[in-house]
Amino acid sequence: MTLAEATRVGAGTAPADPVLSVEGLTVSVATETGLRPLVRGISFALRRGETLAIAGESGSGKSITSLAVMGLLPANVRATAGAVRLAGTDLLRLPETRMRAIRGDRIAMIFQEPMTSLNPVMTVGAQLVEAIQAHEPLPRREAQGRALEALKAVRLSEPERRLRQFPHELSGGMRQRVMIAMAIALRPDVLIADEPTTALDVTVQREVLDLLRDLRSEMGTAIVLITHDMGVVAEMADRVIVMKDGAVVEEGPVAQIFGAPAKDYTKALLAAVPRMGQRALTDPAAQRPPVCTLRDLTVRFDIAHGLLGRTTHRVHAVEGVSLQIQAGETFALVGESGCGKSTIAKTIAGLVPFEGEIDLAGHRLRGQSDVTRAVRRDAQIVFQDPAAALDPRMRVGDLVAEPLVIHGIGTKEERRATVERLFERVGLTRAQIDRYPHEFSGGQRQRICIARALALRPKLIVADESVSALDVSVQARVLQLLKELKEDTGVAFLFISHDMAVVDSIADRVAVMFLGQIMEMGTRAQVFGDPRHPYTRRLIEAVPIPDPGHVRPSRPRMAAETPSPVRRVGDPPERLRLVDVGGGHLVAEQPGRSDPF
Amino acid sequence: MAAYLARRLVESVLILLGVTLVTFFLLYVLPADPVRQIAGRSATAETVENIRQQLGLDQPFWVQYGRYLWNLLHLELGRSYLQRSNVSELIWARLPPTLLLMAGAIVCELVLGLTMGIVAALRRGTVADNGLMIASFVGVSAPQFVVGLLMLYLFGVKLQWLPISGYGSFAHLVLPSLTLGILGAGWYSRMMRSSMVEVMRQDFIRTARAKGLARRRVILRHALPNAILPIIAMIGIDIGIFMGGIVVVESVFGWPGIGQLAWQAIQRVDIPIIMGVTLVSAVAIVLGNLLADLVTPLIDPRIRLR
Repeated sequence: MTLAEATRVGAGTAPADPVLSVEGLTVSVATETGLRPLVRGISFALRRGETLAIAGESGSGKSITSLAVMGLLPANVRATAGAVRLAGTDLLRLPETRMRAIRGDRIAMIFQEPMTSLNPVMTVGAQLVEAIQAHEPLPRREAQGRALEALKAVRLSEPERRLRQFPHELSGGMRQRVMIAMAIALRPDVLIADEPTTALDVTVQREVLDLLRDLRSEMGTAIVLITHDMGVVAEMADRVIVMKDGAVVEEGPVAQIFGAPAKDYTKALLAAVPRMGQRALTDPAAQRPPVCTLRDLTVRFDIAHGLLGRTTHRVHAVEGVSLQIQAGETFALVGESGCGKSTIAKTIAGLVPFEGEIDLAGHRLRGQSDVTRAVRRDAQIVFQDPAAALDPRMRVGDLVAEPLVIHGIGTKEERRATVERLFERVGLTRAQIDRYPHEFSGGQRQRICIARALALRPKLIVADESVSALDVSVQARVLQLLKELKEDTGVAFLFISHDMAVVDSIADRVAVMFLGQIMEMGTRAQVFGDPRHPYTRRLIEAVPIPDPGHVRPSRPRMAAETPSPVRRVGDPPERLRLVDVGGGHLVAEQPGRSDPF
Repeated sequence: MAAYLARRLVESVLILLGVTLVTFFLLYVLPADPVRQIAGRSATAETVENIRQQLGLDQPFWVQYGRYLWNLLHLELGRSYLQRSNVSELIWARLPPTLLLMAGAIVCELVLGLTMGIVAALRRGTVADNGLMIASFVGVSAPQFVVGLLMLYLFGVKLQWLPISGYGSFAHLVLPSLTLGILGAGWYSRMMRSSMVEVMRQDFIRTARAKGLARRRVILRHALPNAILPIIAMIGIDIGIFMGGIVVVESVFGWPGIGQLAWQAIQRVDIPIIMGVTLVSAVAIVLGNLLADLVTPLIDPRIRLR
């Protein structure tokens, strides 16, 4: 049987019958005090060719639900009530051997993390062949043929070569395609996609979503899409289940959920979603003195190769970037992974060697060694993962006071007073000062990190993907806090993000980066209101719109890969010149060669 | 690859030079006097001085060391002070039993250690896990001469299943290999357990299960190759640890290897033999590590030698 042939379910069941139905499913975790429910009495039915989105924030139980359907729950978690019926058979009551035969064959699953979801020591081909042979007794050669077909179906470039490659040789987007190929190779009735695009860049996300939609229409596979991203829900789903704290809040067709949500939680969730173009396109106030100026900033990392460890290749992480951040503004750097935006953050913090010049709050820096303690006092960083940025063995009050201790500021009592003031400023209470990081939620931890960054009254705060790991409702509140801080304290923000909608909601000025260079830079109104560079346009177009009525202009399906920033020594990338197209709106000129976008 | 090997070879030579220098220096400053051993207690001061001159031990350190290196360059390890034969011949004759013992010990370590580690990891938190980890703790902490003597007593004397000492048959090999390997087995089981627990938590294990693979295949094909990677580097280092154990184990079991030779030489301050055995051990350790580094990229394609 090939991928183009009919599926198995169609023959026996009428199209209206659900392929998969979940009835009153309750999943509980065994704790010392007994069973604690994680998912309570969830029910839904999935029809052939339908996409059902399960949306919710972290801890809502959406992933646990999918693992319960797959029979892949962790050892201390189990389904305690209800049924999961696949074409009539209750999967929860099947013995493991029979469940194994269904898993991967009739119900397949793709996961959030393509970078870690493939076995690093097996070739892509071997992993695909194994998935096929687990369910169909095919000779190796035939199974390989099927694997190749699956790779072609997910529009992976050079499929023959990919079979022989190892996962680390592929990019995140390619690996997610391999995961999808593995899942669809046996033409499952149901495909469960758990946050399939969350870890991917926005343009890659677009390609993967397009692919899933195509596969659904070509094969009639029913899809359960688990996501926190309401934009993705609006684009993909036929029906939506909104979950919160392990229970269904609301269920309905996608147009109804977005157009006329019945429950307050759904309304609040939708309101918190950052949307492109939601904020009025006003130009920021007049010129203010610069806080940070980058002149021709270049960061390259040597990769030792060849005989005697001689350098033959370099990563051109940042290539001649010049920009200026003014006092009291939020300057956003946007771009996809590997574009060099985080390297710029590290450079300002003195964490990587650089060439070029940085003017930071009156200090002129010409190299990493110029970034002294006094300089660092003026520029503080807030990182992406607050859980990893806080020492778990220190009290949060001490963590916030630590910069003051390091810089020898104030007495113990004065520092305590400062910490109390900072805690109140970021929306935490004094009573929380003596607690440990694990006692806080993700959003609260990020507030602690922000308080710590504020402790030294810096002129510039570098926020490197600081809200990316947060749920939308929490994200909206942290963004609000950043706006208030900017207005109250006059601190400037360098806001680094891959999320165009978030940037649109907070930035005063924006620079779009690609392969270590700036493609377009200007006020938010200029860059988002009148994007000139094709890359900027492509980024904006790729953002999922949380509106099911939105019709996306069709684009050719792409499988192109981003060019690599790794180059041979002596072969630097071409420096693109920025041209002013009016009012300080800078756009990189596009050389006559073929358009990489 | 050729460049890599060339670089490793140069490094190895430097390491071996360092080893000879340190050993030679330690033997030089050692208060024990080899000449007294050779001459015997009744020798006159004149005889002692004669022997000292003959052996060149009256020369300054750098002259002695220089002469040793010069001989070494001609592949001469010198002559034993007391056994009146070439060190290289003595070592050469003793090497096969020692290599056999080491191979036996590595097999014991791996079979025992990896099995225990894997079983403990897969049954984490159960009685089996606790039992195995207690056993491995005993293995790690029990001194080898105690383990050796206990096994001798139990299997050799009480049960009479295995010969208590000697060399020549497979039965002779079992107890010394076990004694030498038990320490490493303890280490490996603990490392393998934590490595395996870590790997079983990885996303790709979940993927393998989601494919519908049998548990056995998930463990053998997906978990094991990933979990064993950190262990391979350990085996290389282990050969060094063996060298210490071999002296003890060979003495306990009367195994005619270089450990015994070294032990006798140390007692009699027979400097050329001590130097020779040290050098051979160092070569073994360097080769073991190189081998481990060469094997790793065969299992893990992400690692490239350069």
